[in-house]
Amino acid sequence: MTQTDPPFTATMFQRRRVPGWAVNGALLGLVVVLWFIGKAFDKNLDPYYLDLLLHIGIAIILAVSLNLINGITGQFSLGHAGFMAVGAYVGGVILKHAAPQGAAVPVMFLGLMILGGLAAAAAGVLVGVPTLRLRGDYLAIATLGFGEIITVVLNQIESIGSYEVGGSAGLHNIPITTNFFWTFLAALICVVVVARLVYSQKGRPFFAVREDEIAAAAMGVDTTFYKVAAFVVGAFFAGVAGVLSATLSGNLDPAAFGFVRSIEIVMMVVLGGSGSITGSILAAAVLTLLPEWLRALESWRLVIYALLLILMMLLRPEGLLGNRELWWTRRRLLAVER
Amino acid sequence: MHIFLQQLINGLSIGAVYALIALGYTMVYGVLKLINFAHGDVYMVGAVLGYELARCMIGLAAPLYITLPIIFLGAMAGCAVLGFVIEFCCYRPLRHRPRLVALITAIGVSLLLENLFQNPHLFGAAPRNMPRLFDIKPIISIPAAGGAAPVTMSNLDLISLCLCFVLMIALSWFVLRTKMGLALRAVSFRVDTAALMGININWVISVTFMLGSALAAVAGVVDAMRYHVEPMMGLVQGIKAFVAAVLGGIGSIPGAVLGGLLMGLVETLLKGYLPGGYSGYSDAAAFFVLILVLLVRPTGLLGKPVAEKV
Amino acid sequence: MPLLEISHLGIDFGGLRALSDFHFTLDQGELVGLIGPNGAGKTTVFNIVTGVYQPDAGDVRLAGKSIVGLKPFRINRLGVARTFQNVRLFGGLSVLDNVLIGFNQSVAHGFVGTLLRSHAHQIEEHLHEQQAIELLGTFDLLDRLHDPARTLAYGPQRRLEIARALATRPKILLLDEPAAGMNPQEKIDLMNLIAMIRRKFSVGLWLIEHDMKLVMSICQRITVLDHGETIAVGSPAEIQENPKVIEAYLGSPEPA
Repeated sequence: MTQTDPPFTATMFQRRRVPGWAVNGALLGLVVVLWFIGKAFDKNLDPYYLDLLLHIGIAIILAVSLNLINGITGQFSLGHAGFMAVGAYVGGVILKHAAPQGAAVPVMFLGLMILGGLAAAAAGVLVGVPTLRLRGDYLAIATLGFGEIITVVLNQIESIGSYEVGGSAGLHNIPITTNFFWTFLAALICVVVVARLVYSQKGRPFFAVREDEIAAAAMGVDTTFYKVAAFVVGAFFAGVAGVLSATLSGNLDPAAFGFVRSIEIVMMVVLGGSGSITGSILAAAVLTLLPEWLRALESWRLVIYALLLILMMLLRPEGLLGNRELWWTRRRLLAVER
Repeated sequence: MHIFLQQLINGLSIGAVYALIALGYTMVYGVLKLINFAHGDVYMVGAVLGYELARCMIGLAAPLYITLPIIFLGAMAGCAVLGFVIEFCCYRPLRHRPRLVALITAIGVSLLLENLFQNPHLFGAAPRNMPRLFDIKPIISIPAAGGAAPVTMSNLDLISLCLCFVLMIALSWFVLRTKMGLALRAVSFRVDTAALMGININWVISVTFMLGSALAAVAGVVDAMRYHVEPMMGLVQGIKAFVAAVLGGIGSIPGAVLGGLLMGLVETLLKGYLPGGYSGYSDAAAFFVLILVLLVRPTGLLGKPVAEKV
Repeated sequence: MPLLEISHLGIDFGGLRALSDFHFTLDQGELVGLIGPNGAGKTTVFNIVTGVYQPDAGDVRLAGKSIVGLKPFRINRLGVARTFQNVRLFGGLSVLDNVLIGFNQSVAHGFVGTLLRSHAHQIEEHLHEQQAIELLGTFDLLDRLHDPARTLAYGPQRRLEIARALATRPKILLLDEPAAGMNPQEKIDLMNLIAMIRRKFSVGLWLIEHDMKLVMSICQRITVLDHGETIAVGSPAEIQENPKVIEAYLGSPEPA
């Protein structure tokens, strides 16, 4: 310790806090704005761009929810598309079996999003609990195996009772109910929930589990709880994204939820910067748009895409944002007087 | 019984190929702790090289004992160079970065190879059949009692099995008996200490990639003869081989062989014995077995359990 | 009834007896040392007490209740905090976040409050942040508040680890070789720091340390381990005179 007075004292640090009700009110306002934007977009926007926007919205949900598992809690999961598939099929199968009419549509769709999310969350428990003792690459490969099992099973099931599932031919002609408002409402909720969860006293241990499990336990952190919680919350939102994607195109193909899809989502997380929520959002948008931008290259499109990916990793291995958030200034607390 | 025997032969023959690919995964993992996702695509490039070489050779009408070695050795050499280049350009600069970064780069390399070969200017996405170098026919046949179909083994099965086992023996000789092999073991035990002992880490890692890639090339050529050649063939085969490596305990060379053979056996036996309508589940079963094994032995069958020092 | 009471504690590692028949007591406000040559089983004792290892024999009682078999996080919540021989900070997290994780268990509001940013949540967030900053001020770490913990120098890392452990509001603090790798000046600072902790936080301190000068000058009692056996217990003066201890450290005299 220094002989002179320490240059900083505790009273120098103060944080300007915005009251919770103000932020919540602003968020509600944002929802209303989203609704109006959605109205306008559904009517006036070119379907191609609208479709692209919706894909970005779904990608954001997937990337942010996987970031909670992979980037923030450090549990390397390669089975996120499996959770998505659970939600997608719950939503798709029910909606196809009983297509709602008129005013029932939004109510049922909202219910389905929650139901699909819960089903995926249940799958999250199913995967999270037994694989708790696995670490790193072994966990990755076990979750990969889980995802593959899901696609194989979906490939084999033609129907459950009177509910058509579709088997390897896929499920088609699902009523299209996804729109701008629902997609971005779900994305907003996902981002707010994950961000509020992890940047708080209750949620900070998610990071601690990633950094050092033994030290976290020695600090009184119930590591098992936080690992399972990450899987459950992450899987829930993946399920919601699944419901959205099922009713975006109206078609479901089991092959679309394989390992390649999971890898795509992992790429978004790493490219954005593991642990950075805003990074995931950014990367979700970039990686959805990139193949579109490269359309002019025709048959070389995906080659260039892969090359760009490699180059990005070589030149900026920490991802676009590292483990920072976009809104952070270098010092979150201000030294008032110095 | 004879059905079982037949499945056993088929399973071993398929499993031997898994084992060859799994060896590359496990060796690279041993030295770099990296899941080399591009390895499955190196196997694909091996198949493509074998296909192209076979197309050139078939016109020469050379005898089989010249054609086959040239095809195999050519594909091996080509893939060894590819493995070296991949490691040198894509993984070496990232060696001290978090492992996830190298993993994503590996996925990038995998995408690059797949899409490069899917490009119609290079190879194209359509599956192609290998030129017929020899007729695949049963050469060993054990007649079964009671007029049932005999248990047979094709010449290709025999070639693939022999090749795989010879290569595995050669590899274990290399790893256990040569100076380079000792260096390799030292590096996979502890990189920094190995460096202090005067081992050229970069060269050891390069050799590991070249060896693994050459083995994958052999697997690729065998599969090219058995099935067909297409740019995406490395994806599923690569995952299965990787699962085999994990099953056996990743990082362990005998583990990769054991895992590969087991994987092949489980798959064919399930295909053969699952009741009608359910055989489609055999693909899932492989992963199911993997998860079960990991739950009982979190580091695979022959992997060493690592206790973390507190 | 002592705060921490260990009796007949023993553990085997693959047939090797790493610790046998270990007895110990510690009370609030005490400062006790645990010394012994490398591999004597000192850290093993800490690992058993904090629940990382399960003992094969004996009992560990905290305020009269056995804590054997509890998970490490439970034991910490009951009031046993520790530091590690090889510093184990949350390297990627800021200095402040490291300490805040220590405060995690005293959060009273639930996840719903957290998600809705309720009033109780905001008040507690603010309170813990102020407490963390105050604690870090005590440990002279305020100037690096927002830097990742891994960017700190070795000495500050050790201090941060102690601060983090204290944030869990322990009754007993186990320090595993806090002076390892420190220079003489840092060691003197550490001694003052430990004395300050004892005064200010009223915890029972149990210290593994190789630096004899440090141990002898601050500890009230000392236990000496060798090959898992307790070879001496007593005051620093008694330990220094003990022939068994001298033998364990310097080796037995050549037989004539």
